[in-house]
Amino acid sequence: MSTVYIVAQFVGDSVSKTTLELATCGARIGSVTAIVFASPGKGSALASAITQSPISNVVVVESDDFAKHSVPAFSDALSQLVLANKPAAVLITSSAFGKELAGRVAVATDSGIITDAVDVASDLSCTQLVFGGSTTVHSRINHGTPIITIRPNAITADLSPCAPVTTAATFTLSAGAKSAEVISTAPFVKGGRPELAQASVVVSGGRGTDGNFKPVEEFADLLGGAVGASRAATDAGWYPHSLQVGQTGQTVSPDLYVACGISGAIQHRAGMQTSKTIVVINKDAEAPIFELADFGVVGDLFAVLPQATEGVRARKS
Amino acid sequence: MKIAVCVKQVPDSWAEKKMVNGLLDREGVDAVLNDLDEYAVEEALRIVEAHGEGHTVTVISMGPERTSEAVRKALSMGADDAIVITDAGLVGADALMTSKVLASVISSGGFDVVLCGTESTDARMSVVPAMLSQRLGWAQLTFAGSVVVDPAASEVTITRVTEDGVDTMKAKFPVVISVIEKINEPRYPSFKGIMAAKKKTMDIRSLATAGVTSESAWSTVTDSSLRPARSAGVKVIDEGKGGEALVSYLAEKKLI
Repeated sequence: MSTVYIVAQFVGDSVSKTTLELATCGARIGSVTAIVFASPGKGSALASAITQSPISNVVVVESDDFAKHSVPAFSDALSQLVLANKPAAVLITSSAFGKELAGRVAVATDSGIITDAVDVASDLSCTQLVFGGSTTVHSRINHGTPIITIRPNAITADLSPCAPVTTAATFTLSAGAKSAEVISTAPFVKGGRPELAQASVVVSGGRGTDGNFKPVEEFADLLGGAVGASRAATDAGWYPHSLQVGQTGQTVSPDLYVACGISGAIQHRAGMQTSKTIVVINKDAEAPIFELADFGVVGDLFAVLPQATEGVRARKS
Repeated sequence: MKIAVCVKQVPDSWAEKKMVNGLLDREGVDAVLNDLDEYAVEEALRIVEAHGEGHTVTVISMGPERTSEAVRKALSMGADDAIVITDAGLVGADALMTSKVLASVISSGGFDVVLCGTESTDARMSVVPAMLSQRLGWAQLTFAGSVVVDPAASEVTITRVTEDGVDTMKAKFPVVISVIEKINEPRYPSFKGIMAAKKKTMDIRSLATAGVTSESAWSTVTDSSLRPARSAGVKVIDEGKGGEALVSYLAEKKLI
């Protein structure tokens, strides 16, 4: 049976949900080997956290170079494993990091690459939703080891237990990877909210918030969701650019997307219109975002959101 | 110091895009300089302006013939000259081919710094800067929210902004940098700039003169179809009970 590599990622010491999604997808193609990158001494703890989804093997690569040299170091390690062991495919979660890693590995192994797949069939045919989700595309890789990045939330993870066999591997850092160095790192304070791209609920605010995201954040927190923002809101400096949803910014596909005070320009729609359920709150009944809404409320978000927050709270208590 | 800025011409980001025979239809829509590349052009101009005479900015682009329109905009913003690679053999080129062509032109051009946007607004793969770094064996300084260049020390320091936080990274020339949206406010070409751009050199190259042989794409689209438009759902007017109606809907859909 062929082997499929997945790149395991962790939130603290726990396996990320997206890793389990990759494993579930990979198991359709072959036996899944999770690659765990870790700083020295940390690998076995991370490997032992892998207890769910169809993962047969874990390969731990420990090195200081990951923290010191960023993406190129991960790429060297993964490329060397791919060239040595020739897996049937490599699956990586779509993110800024994941796509850069995939791009470098594709070059290093002279392999084709497909990014942002929402599905991968057992014959490695990939499904992508392009042009802001308006078009479905099926693609194939013709050359080398298919390197595929998969969007978070696209695949329902199989959470059945697993007991993988763990081995260790090493790699050699290339001169190119060594040439850039991380001097210091300042992680964002996340305040307990889930990652925007991975969240199953996203509540976003736009121009209509007039800079006051408090009701948006309260509703998001109550639903255990992430907070996003339209470009108008980040351009105005009301919310960090890293949380921008749209054509430039992050693409999200949660179970529930709540757009508050967002008109719905193509720029924004391109980042959210593949969400499973879309709810809209906007004062302007003619706002184009209503065209996407499964449920829309024409009204002031400062009245509607607090009332909804109260309503959800009442149901929960 | 020689700076190259890689840019792409893309369909206007406000236009509806569609596929024809497995490729993006680039004919039926207005074409513009990729929004995100404007930040790279602006950053290159600012670096040069901060360090006085003797530094140049060359715009490099690959694409169909009309790509020169987008390149002309970068020149009118203030870049010194341009190299455009256009060839029938590049129709359907993927990111691997694009990076191969750009890397070939860059490596023969004596550049110290390559600047890119983080992604194009059409394909949105966000892989070409990393691929260029890998192909050239140059330092990767990507997703930069700030760039400081020290030409005397041949050194670049950036802050790398990711989903997780901000890293400060440093490397010696030669480097590949990608800059994030909002690193700066791209300038509008002035009338003087637009007139001056008409006289600037645009070196148009074929694949052969760019030093690359045509290859079949590493990946191909097998089919594409328009997804059904979302049908608009229920719309209620808030007359004091809008929030409650919303909660009922979420409860009915088992979303709360």
